[in-house]
Amino acid sequence: MGNPMKIRAAVKDGVTEVKILMQHEMETGLRKDADGTLVPAWFITEVKAQYQGRTVLETQFGQSISKNPYLLFRFKGGAAGEKITVSWVDNKGDTRSDEVTIAA
Amino acid sequence: MNMEINLQRRKALKTGGGVGLLALFGALGLLQSGVAFAEWNKTAFSAKTMDDALNALGVIVPENGAASIQLTVPEIAENGAVVPVTVASTLADVEQITIFVDKNPSVLAANFTLPQGTEAYITTRVKMGQTANVIALVKAGGKFYRTSKEVKVTAGGCGG
Repeated sequence: MGNPMKIRAAVKDGVTEVKILMQHEMETGLRKDADGTLVPAWFITEVKAQYQGRTVLETQFGQSISKNPYLLFRFKGGAAGEKITVSWVDNKGDTRSDEVTIAA
Repeated sequence: MNMEINLQRRKALKTGGGVGLLALFGALGLLQSGVAFAEWNKTAFSAKTMDDALNALGVIVPENGAASIQLTVPEIAENGAVVPVTVASTLADVEQITIFVDKNPSVLAANFTLPQGTEAYITTRVKMGQTANVIALVKAGGKFYRTSKEVKVTAGGCGG
C-alpha cells in the first residue's frame, strides 16, 4: 500500500479540473546510491481516474516522470459533492486508491 | 503405458496448479485496488529512440502539430528533475496525448488516453537528464500530430 495521494477537484462552468499529487520515489533504475550500487527501478506505471464508475483518464507512466508525480486534467461534467476516485499501480505491483469530493 | 499417462497427468496438474495460482494472485491484485488496469506498454516505454517508441505505439508518420498543439515547457530548466510540461490541443476528438523526452534513456515519458468528455489539456512533470526536446504527440480523429520544444537543462535530473 503506497502513501496517500493529495487530490483536489473543482467544477467551474461545467468542467471539472482535477489535480493529483502522488507520493512515489519514481526510481529510474539508472541511479546509483552512495555506495555505487544501482537502485532498482521502482515507478508508477499506470494511473486511472474514475467519476461515477466512468473512466475519465487513463495514464501510463515511464521512468521519465518526476518523483512524486503530478497530474492535472479536465473533464466535462462532474457535479459538486460527487466523488472522483484515483488509483495507481507501480512496477512492483503495489497499488493505491484515493477519493476526493468535487468542490464547487 | 499407464506410467506414461500418469506422468502426463501429473505434469498437466502441476502446470494447471501454477496457472491457477497466478490467476489467484492477479485477482487479489485487482481486488485490492478495485480497478482493472490496461496492460502497460513495456515495449514503448523501454524504447531508446523516438522511431522505436513511435513504432511501438503504432504511430504512422505524424502530421505537423505546431499550430494545433499547445506545448508549454520552460525554456530553461534549472532543475532537470522536475520539468513541468503542459500539452493542450484545439483539435476535435482528441483520444490520446503522449509526451516524450528525446534524449532521456527511455524516450517515452507518459501516455494519456482521454475518453470522450475529457478535455485535451494535461499537465505533468518530467525528469530530463540533459538539454533535450520535449515532444508532444496528439491523436485526434484517428490521426497523429506532433510538435516539440527544446528545454535547456542546467542541472540534470537523473541522479547526476
